[in-house]
Amino acid sequence: MYTVKDKLEKESKEMRAVYCQTLQELAREDDRICVLDADLVGSSGMKPFFNEFPDRAVDCGIQENDMIGIAAGLSAAGMVPFAHSFAPFATRRCADQIFISCAYNKANVRIVGSDPGVTAAYNGGTHMPFEDMGVLMSFPGVTLVEPTDTVQLRWLVKTLQNEYGVYYIRLLRKNAVGIFEEGSDFELGKIARIREGADVAIVASGILVAEAVKAAEALAQEGISAAVLNAFTWKPLDGETLAEYAAKCGCVVTAENHNIVGGLGSAVASCLSRTCPVPVEMVGIEDVFGQVGPESELRKIFDLTPEHIVRAAKAAIARK
Amino acid sequence: MEKNKALRVFAEEIRVETMKELAHLGFGHIGGCMSVVELLSVLYGKEMRIDPKNPKWAERDKLVMSKGHAGPAVYAALALKGYFPKEQLLTLNQAGTHLPSHCDRNLTVGVDMTTGSLGQGISTAIGLAMGDRMMGRNDSYTYLVLGDGECDEGQVWEGAAFAAHQMLDHLIAFVDWNKQQLDGACEDVLDLGDMVQKFRSFGWYTQKVDGHSVDAILEAIEKGKAQHEKPVMIILDTVKGKGCELAENTFPCHHIKFTAEQIAPSIEKAEAVLAAARKA
Repeated sequence: MYTVKDKLEKESKEMRAVYCQTLQELAREDDRICVLDADLVGSSGMKPFFNEFPDRAVDCGIQENDMIGIAAGLSAAGMVPFAHSFAPFATRRCADQIFISCAYNKANVRIVGSDPGVTAAYNGGTHMPFEDMGVLMSFPGVTLVEPTDTVQLRWLVKTLQNEYGVYYIRLLRKNAVGIFEEGSDFELGKIARIREGADVAIVASGILVAEAVKAAEALAQEGISAAVLNAFTWKPLDGETLAEYAAKCGCVVTAENHNIVGGLGSAVASCLSRTCPVPVEMVGIEDVFGQVGPESELRKIFDLTPEHIVRAAKAAIARK
Repeated sequence: MEKNKALRVFAEEIRVETMKELAHLGFGHIGGCMSVVELLSVLYGKEMRIDPKNPKWAERDKLVMSKGHAGPAVYAALALKGYFPKEQLLTLNQAGTHLPSHCDRNLTVGVDMTTGSLGQGISTAIGLAMGDRMMGRNDSYTYLVLGDGECDEGQVWEGAAFAAHQMLDHLIAFVDWNKQQLDGACEDVLDLGDMVQKFRSFGWYTQKVDGHSVDAILEAIEKGKAQHEKPVMIILDTVKGKGCELAENTFPCHHIKFTAEQIAPSIEKAEAVLAAARKA
């Protein structure tokens, strides 16, 4: 079970530090755990793992295609590889390697892509993935997960130790806003219910979860009751919970740090159109490229704000 | 005269069975299947540490046929080794078959890696070799077969640099240098120049041998295994379509169509070669 924190604040630990620490803990007891990177060990915060397990940590150099194939091969030899690069290079650049060497091959691989969406900030448009989940969305057998905070990330990494398949982890490297209490437990493929509500359901992921909670609080001030759902697993999507809330609230807003085309918004709308068709409004990237700038500014430029979620919620309610 | 008569016989058996598979279908990647027959004979007939009764044995040697379109030749070798009944060979490419045009480890007993998207096999082979090393399986080797046309792919050269850097001496690779790719002669489509020099400069223990001599292939593998610093590359000088008259007389012969009547004389000749090898 999970418990939602009463108060929203930035966590003291970076996501990457918890990612590394969790993998170190697993690797101490499990010889199958190994790590690959493509010349981003310094960025991914994995140096402690490389120092502690030099024989199970591989810096492949700047060759993401090779790295993903190597990960697939390692898994065929019985290892459990976690392979990281920046999200666009771990996904978009490696589409065929993930499709053939990993998914079609039924390999057992965890691919980690860092700096989702606007959090790529000063690296700019070339490094700003609004499409990483979308690229992989149509690949059968690939599970897509965006952990929200360190608590969910830690649970996810530990859970994936003994799962089998191809998993893509969309990883925020720096400090997340803490949503869940320490020790919370989740279920892969099931939505985490952050806040109950009756008028509109906000389905959020990643950095937009905290913004959705703020939006729900603002809506409450106006007498609108908004549920907040954390769809951290984009695929397979929790259609059951979505339908339940669509039926209960009568409309839905999606909120993502990703292109709404091929992203969470598309997935939710597609799912509900078959189970419980209700008005759906989408907050996210409107099919444009990323650009350079401080994250705080980019959030405003791309309208990934509580204010936008509030507007979208009202628009969805008006369409009921 | 070759010393390893049993391997010559096995090679000709693989050749005949592969031709029969493709004859049943009426089309296929016959050129690139024929050119790797001697290699498959050496690997499955002698060199690889395998147990057909226990195909998932973790300590086994593994083969990544990165030029996955040579699947039919691999299947012939596997069937002859007893991984599955020989009759299954005639199901090649039929709906629901366990023998698809390109190698699939999830469908075919004995196939160690799924391939077909060219350039990717080198990376999965590296992963297998590194995985065995991480697991302490120091007696296990990973064998990799690349097509010469396949070496157009950039990923091959990513892997080439990486394997040398990692000193993966338990990775033994081959380029089937049959000098043809789908659109014609490799030197006309994309001339990669001196493959020996290329791989040598990437840091591989590189040799070039007659790819249709089982003795030469065997000797090259042994030399490669005797050193412990570099991944091993053996450039196989081969003829695309080797031993199948119809394919040898067709250019390009990467993938050709034929009737049963058209290929029958080629099979008869190959069977005669096999009979002679058995008598020798």
